[in-house]
Amino acid sequence: MIPSVNDPANSSDSGIVRSRTSNSSRKGLKWLALVVAPILLSGCQLPGFGITPGVTTSSHKVYKLWQGFMVTGLIVGGFTFVLIIFAAVRYRKRNDEIPRQTQYNTLVEVLYTVIPTLIVAALFYFTIVVENPEVALASNPQATVKVVAFQWGWRFSYPGNPSVNVVGQTTQNPELVLPVNETTRVILTSLDVVHGFYIKDFNFSQYALPGVTNRFDFHVTKAGEFQTQCTQICGLYHSLMYFKVKTIPAAQYHQCLTSATSGDSFVACANGTSSLKATVRPSATQGVPVHHG
Amino acid sequence: MVDTLERTTAHEDDHGHGHEEHHGPGGLLNWLTTTDHKVIGMNYTVTSVVMLLIGGAFAMLIRAQLTVPDGAVVSLSKYNELFTMHGSVMIYLFAGPFAFGGLANYMVPIQIGAPDMAFPRLNAFSYWLYLTGSITMLLGFLTASGAANFGWVGYAPLSNAVNSPGAGADLWIGALILTGFSAIFTGVNLVATIFYLRAPGMTMFRMPIFTWNMLVTGILILLAFPVLTAGLVMLYADRHFGTHIYDANGGGSPVLWQHIFWFWGHPEVYILALPFFGMVTEIIPVFSRKPLFGYKGMVFATISIAALSTGVWAHHMFTTGVVLLPFFSFMTYLISIPTGMKFFNWIGSMWGGQVRYTAAMLFAIGFLLTFLIGGITGILLASPPLDFFTHDTYFVVAHFHSVVMALVLGAMAGIYYWYPKMTGRFLNERLGKLQFWMLFIGSMVFIMPGYVLGLQGMPRRMAVYIIDPTWQNLNIVSSIGGFMIGLSTLMFAVNVISTIKAPKTAGPNPWDAHTLEWFTTSPPPHHNFYSLPNIKSERPTWDYFHPDAPALIHDDHDPSHVPGGAKADAK
Repeated sequence: MIPSVNDPANSSDSGIVRSRTSNSSRKGLKWLALVVAPILLSGCQLPGFGITPGVTTSSHKVYKLWQGFMVTGLIVGGFTFVLIIFAAVRYRKRNDEIPRQTQYNTLVEVLYTVIPTLIVAALFYFTIVVENPEVALASNPQATVKVVAFQWGWRFSYPGNPSVNVVGQTTQNPELVLPVNETTRVILTSLDVVHGFYIKDFNFSQYALPGVTNRFDFHVTKAGEFQTQCTQICGLYHSLMYFKVKTIPAAQYHQCLTSATSGDSFVACANGTSSLKATVRPSATQGVPVHHG
Repeated sequence: MVDTLERTTAHEDDHGHGHEEHHGPGGLLNWLTTTDHKVIGMNYTVTSVVMLLIGGAFAMLIRAQLTVPDGAVVSLSKYNELFTMHGSVMIYLFAGPFAFGGLANYMVPIQIGAPDMAFPRLNAFSYWLYLTGSITMLLGFLTASGAANFGWVGYAPLSNAVNSPGAGADLWIGALILTGFSAIFTGVNLVATIFYLRAPGMTMFRMPIFTWNMLVTGILILLAFPVLTAGLVMLYADRHFGTHIYDANGGGSPVLWQHIFWFWGHPEVYILALPFFGMVTEIIPVFSRKPLFGYKGMVFATISIAALSTGVWAHHMFTTGVVLLPFFSFMTYLISIPTGMKFFNWIGSMWGGQVRYTAAMLFAIGFLLTFLIGGITGILLASPPLDFFTHDTYFVVAHFHSVVMALVLGAMAGIYYWYPKMTGRFLNERLGKLQFWMLFIGSMVFIMPGYVLGLQGMPRRMAVYIIDPTWQNLNIVSSIGGFMIGLSTLMFAVNVISTIKAPKTAGPNPWDAHTLEWFTTSPPPHHNFYSLPNIKSERPTWDYFHPDAPALIHDDHDPSHVPGGAKADAK
């Protein structure tokens, strides 16, 4: 993919726009078309600006949106930054003369109203393009998991097999297992206070709210383990309310889910270890550190 | 020109004293019984700066705690109290009261040529409510169960009687009701004063931009604060009277609290920000010796921000899953347009001017740069897909600290600018500039690691982060920045204390400023003025001293339009 401005298609485009000369809103559009759109479309060649593409179909799109926004933000912010510094330095006090008392300049005022409007219109457009599929619910998800948050832990249960319930508190670090290359419906709620269900590598979070059931879909593209934790202040042990996400091939997922007799055996199967070993998970004995209580 | 000014003042001083002097009780009794907006404004300013120091001390403890992954200083529960009270003190007890109770209370009547606020006794009542509320909130630390510990947003149901028992939470609620009424009464006072007590000739479009900002802030207070107060009363009822308004188990709705809170909370962001916008918008043109660029456009931008701010509250709730994402995203993008326009007003005011690097001006420029960072990252957060993965992480903490550190820089700009007016004395400029660099660089060092940490997945309000000790290095950097900010605050305290006994050398108009407060003595007499100039523009004081240099209304780069003036007026 050819990044942004060097794209021959875009260059000829800009030629057409330039021929219409002094219309400033056109210039704004040209600027947008030249800079924002190609970057959003060919984002894979840009740096990640602090985040990764993640491991779901949505997280990839969010990543590109983030890149486009960061580039736009850096351009707009950098332009404004340079203007501020330039004005402050270039027009520093030179003598005691009173400068021209310019107060209004209609053209400039129109420009700095219209151009930002066009920029945010474009940002809003790309937001909607990414957001709609991200929050849309599949009509027929292949897997479903119910997530219940509580002070200070998580319960993951799988309607496909009622005997599978994975529960863990604080640093017991319960494991949420998801299939790769299938759509998983997450049904999220809370037993007590508001908690934050956040998975960094999915570029996503959602509140677990008492009395409210939130539904959303993940389509994971890669197997792996992802450590995470509650993000919304939920009381004393908020900072220790961990959970782990394990993504495994869909076939293994369904086979484990069908054969599991308990949450522990399901997690053990997903990790490829025997169910006997898995009944005492490594972190389970740690419990809550007492010296901070 | 300066000679004329000094002579005028000396003359006024000579026959001014005596018949204009206030014959009230002196000393402590005066302070306790005063209804003078200037004394109340000073009370507010001093009290709120003390709150800044207290909230800052909490911040120092927080930053010290985070220098090691398992918490260096306090227990989990005490940490929750600290960040709750840090946020609460800074938002409820410092930023707002400093702006609309302190500087606005002092300056707005003088800027519009009024002798006092419209309701002087209500004004005094506001202050005492505020002081009482502030003490009430801090008393939480003395209760057996400690201060409130559920975050400054007090989300239900964490803030209910089951999850947060104890008097600390009740004192927090009581304090917010008290300070809420204080804010409402100040809002009433500001709006009434600005609408009814303007001097002859001071039309709406000749009001100083700071007064405009305070008018709009006053209206926003009246829209937003009653909602919070009502919400708090319901929260108290849930805790003690057996109601279930925010309790899902009793048929109530925890999300209702979030709606109520943010319906106040987002206008509140602008209630906090607009006064500081107003301050730097006074300061930048004065120290550029130019009129405010695009004055009327900025007035409309301010009004648009206020109007839009009532329709963006749920962008704090994107991750609840129960709000209409595109609507609140769209409204948030809209509000960025008038906010962005202001930057160009500020740049345009410096453009072609004679920029003097006083301490106040440096703080104002520091405000612009820091607020720019907060504004740009705000645009990122306005996009729900990007908000999802940054929500409740340090990215958001860094975002709003960019904004509030800009406000602190703006507050310092305001103090260094108006201190001579309020006391007759100058703050030490050299120490002020040193404080600026310490505060500005400290803010950057403190804020920037937060953005990175947030993107690395560090959630906010974490007493310990043993889950990922690799976050330690950036946290140490951030803490160093925090301690630099603390050091700059000490410099400020030293600066103020060292001027207490200094001679009053400021004179009425030391900055060659624009607005009416610089036409009277420093500090102003009891009823503010011995005489007023003709008010022909939003710069009456400038017009009086520079009659040959009026603002150029139509200056679209056509020299033939220039009336004889600008250069001819040079000394």
